[in-house]
Amino acid sequence: MAVITYRQALHDTLRDEMLRDEDVFLIGEEIGVFEGSYKITAGLLKEFGEKRVRDTPIAEEGFVGAAVGAAMLGLRPVVELMTINFSLIALDQIVNHAAKIYGMFGGQTSVPMVLRTPGGGGQQLGATHSQNIELYYAFVPGLKVVAPSTPADAKALLLASIRDNDPVLFLENLALYNTKGEVPDVVEPAEIGKAKVTKQGTDITIIGYSRMAMVAQQVAEKLQADEGINAEVVDLRSLRPLDRETVVESVRKTGCAVIAEDDWLTYGIGAEIAASISDGAFDYLDAPVRRVAAAEVPLPYAKPLERAALPSAESLTTAVHQTLDAVGRRRR
Amino acid sequence: MAQTATRTKPATRATKSRRSGSVRGSGGGRFAGESPELLKDYFYEMTLIRRFEERAAQGYTQAKIGGYCHLNLGEEATVVGLMRSLRKSDLLFTNYREHGYAIAKGIEPGRVMAELYGRTTGTSKGWGGSMHMFDVEAGLLGGYGIVGGQIPLATGAALAIDYRGGDQVVMCQMGDGTTNIGAFHEALNIAALWNLPVVFVVINNQLGMGTTVDKSSAEPELYKRAAAYRMHGERVDGNDVLAVRDAAARLVEQARETGRPALLEAVSERLKGHSVVDPGKYRSEESVEQAKQADPVANFRAELIEAGVLDEDVAVEIERKAQAEADAAVAFADDSPHPDPSTLFHYTYATPVANDSRRLPADPVF
Repeated sequence: MAVITYRQALHDTLRDEMLRDEDVFLIGEEIGVFEGSYKITAGLLKEFGEKRVRDTPIAEEGFVGAAVGAAMLGLRPVVELMTINFSLIALDQIVNHAAKIYGMFGGQTSVPMVLRTPGGGGQQLGATHSQNIELYYAFVPGLKVVAPSTPADAKALLLASIRDNDPVLFLENLALYNTKGEVPDVVEPAEIGKAKVTKQGTDITIIGYSRMAMVAQQVAEKLQADEGINAEVVDLRSLRPLDRETVVESVRKTGCAVIAEDDWLTYGIGAEIAASISDGAFDYLDAPVRRVAAAEVPLPYAKPLERAALPSAESLTTAVHQTLDAVGRRRR
Repeated sequence: MAQTATRTKPATRATKSRRSGSVRGSGGGRFAGESPELLKDYFYEMTLIRRFEERAAQGYTQAKIGGYCHLNLGEEATVVGLMRSLRKSDLLFTNYREHGYAIAKGIEPGRVMAELYGRTTGTSKGWGGSMHMFDVEAGLLGGYGIVGGQIPLATGAALAIDYRGGDQVVMCQMGDGTTNIGAFHEALNIAALWNLPVVFVVINNQLGMGTTVDKSSAEPELYKRAAAYRMHGERVDGNDVLAVRDAAARLVEQARETGRPALLEAVSERLKGHSVVDPGKYRSEESVEQAKQADPVANFRAELIEAGVLDEDVAVEIERKAQAEADAAVAFADDSPHPDPSTLFHYTYATPVANDSRRLPADPVF
């Protein structure tokens, strides 16, 4: 068991999969000579050459579409989109083509590709470079959307995504790249579509994904240590398909829930989770389901404004406290 | 490498001169070296596509075909010429106007009609319809309904061929209106940068829906856009099946041997509206008359008779056979089963996945 960064886990998995399967190749902006904007692909051009580590023009629709076409013939492209914000330029190829080709041709060909892309704010990058728009992709049948929060999950889910025969949007987060975690020596591919209970508990369920799953875990551990609050944490890991069962099962046990999400509140991922809890655990609820989400503004550049807009350990802790107070479950 | 665009005569001029007899020259020289059987075969296939599309229009008005229905009427010479430039193993990506291409690429007309009818025997098992036909065996890698969506895909297919060292070529068909979208430029740039074996073919029927090419393209001679990518660009008379075949075959073989992409513009005329429901009221009488005069099926028939390749009886016999095959396609489609609603969730994902939603509209979530 080694402790490595989220970045290292991604890098190692890409390299291992390229060594394992000749059909796996990397394509994207600045992934070769520049070694990737976030250095996930460092050293891979030197090791595998230009055929398998392909620098592209800054033309997302063109190179994402080319990856879709290559995947239709059985190659396994792993696309790096520099940030999820730029994926909007390739939206036609992702939503109208990658997601539809298996279905609209009656299952005759599929699109085994991975779109790796970081999202998220907190780096003072301004409104167009700080978005959490995974919802746009999680909405679309035919796509799979995964959002790992730990190095071990990053590895297990990237393995699964590369070996999967469907297009997978693999969501990273700028704030996660330098986070560290234990990774087993041998990692098996994760089952896409399964959430994970990362901390057992009985007092309240906290649900998150990507960066906020990590924050939820930290908050839950601190609440346990400082206040004896026994929170259960569910890391969604997959946004499409969505593991409603695991969420509902946990809320049936604890009777209340707080959802932590980096995206905007209205119509966000949390809205879908809250509706699922209503569908599956209404009779078990002791309090309304709370959502901790980003303020609904284009994310500002100035640090105090940006900090105020994004959910954090503090805002999540406050929401947990308020919910537990409402049901008289908080020991003071 | 310098851009080497050449220009052949535009469609209407070539057709007019052909009617005056000057193109053939003395002794039927235009067909010199051509196998009479092959010429008859071209005539048969062009006629078959004509009859098929007439039956498709009829099926649409009878509400047996739904959605949109874009016909190849008037483009038969281009369709057949292009497809005869390809090997069976070569791959084709088209836009939504693809019935004729599917037939000429080797798919049974019955399966093409069955797709229009939304039946399980169709090219996409009824999931695609008019705009989304597909057949790996025939090398048709899809008709695509979003204008220009197929261009990056075709480029990617050529990338896969190059990656694996195969000798196939990809042909990517599109209309004139497509040349103004971003994906056209992005994909041509990538294909040229990476030396990918793909021939981009613009069917310039001079109308993007109802907007004329000179109102939508700042450079209406579309083959010239190849220059921006140091790519060979060429324009051909789309009403001349042999000219289309020869030009396309040269570019296809060049792509096969050198990996260089190319852009071919086939100037054509649309006999009817953009789709079956479009009466084409935006067109001038002169334009409609010009299209009728340029009818590639009627003109090829007349030429073959004049050259002695066909006589009237043989021509009629070929036309009867084409009609019978189109009718048989309709009968096959009519007799084919509709997909069962129980198969609704069969094609969402190729790799099964946990918690895949298989919920019908009234089903509870829990």
